[in-house]
Amino acid sequence: MPGMAGRMSTVIKSKVSRLLDRAEDPSETLDYGYQKQVEHLQQVKKGIADVVTAKKRLQMQSQKIEQNVVKLDTQARQAISQNREDLARVALERKTLAQTELQSLDQQVTELENQQQQLTDSEQKLRTKIEAFRTKKEVIKAQYSAAEAQVKISEAATGVGEEMADVGLAIQRAEDKTEQMRARAGAVEELEAAGTFDDLTQLGPPQDDLDRELNQLGAGAQVDDELAKMKAELGSGEGDRPALEEGEAPAEGEGSGPAKGESA
Amino acid sequence: MIVRISGEGQFKLPDEDAQRLNDLDNSAVEAVEQGDRDKFKELWDQMLDVVARDGEQLPGDELVESDVIMPPRDISFDEACREFSGDGLIPD
Repeated sequence: MPGMAGRMSTVIKSKVSRLLDRAEDPSETLDYGYQKQVEHLQQVKKGIADVVTAKKRLQMQSQKIEQNVVKLDTQARQAISQNREDLARVALERKTLAQTELQSLDQQVTELENQQQQLTDSEQKLRTKIEAFRTKKEVIKAQYSAAEAQVKISEAATGVGEEMADVGLAIQRAEDKTEQMRARAGAVEELEAAGTFDDLTQLGPPQDDLDRELNQLGAGAQVDDELAKMKAELGSGEGDRPALEEGEAPAEGEGSGPAKGESA
Repeated sequence: MIVRISGEGQFKLPDEDAQRLNDLDNSAVEAVEQGDRDKFKELWDQMLDVVARDGEQLPGDELVESDVIMPPRDISFDEACREFSGDGLIPD
């Protein structure tokens, strides 16, 4: 078959024959083969552990961002009640950005969970084959002459070898995926470090990076909606208030908040 | 014939299916070469259907070689493309 399956088959078979490339003395091959299989099982376990580690990292990141969402929401409300719509808007923009990131993180965590499940299944399958091989090799050693044994061994070993090669592929795919996610997680951490998701108590002068991020969001409409909703909730929704004075410094400090706006 | 779906295990299929799978496989390759995602997906699903319909899963402790090894069920179009652009799904 020259197609996909053909190519898969060829590659896996060549891997298998390399895995089994040691067939002078049948009984030696058997024990050597078994030892190799057990080693392979360890690799699968490591593959699973890597996926779990990557998953945990993403989960931690997600928790952190979740906390920020709550914090930013509170701060937006505080800002509104102090008539600082400008600050409230920034908080809501950041909140939207953080929420978008949260969604994507949750998706990735789910994906990694699937990977983990798949690898665990593969490990179980390989374990079953290895166990079957272990039993079979003792039977072969006991029952067959060297020449006959050779044929039987190579059949049995090929069966396990194929499973090993296949599990190897599964691990490799899982690694590729976690690698992509790791890169992305790193990028998110950079964003965090740049203060993108930070709470407003740390808000400094406007940053170019940050502004760019926020603009890219195109989240204006969502932020407007939320802002209006919050204002209504907080009972400051009369609508005929004059806009905030221009040119105010965005924040004076934390805690007590600026008392400069119109006092209600 | 024995068919393995990578990541899922081995299935015993009637020998008549070999030709059908082979034809679908070749068409899937054409779809990949033409960059036709939908067509590829359709053909790939058909291949999986053949195995699902006619295949009987081999017991896990059976030690036999497969005649054909199909890529993982969730192979993406991009992975399929790589499969034919030298590197392959599994770099050799």
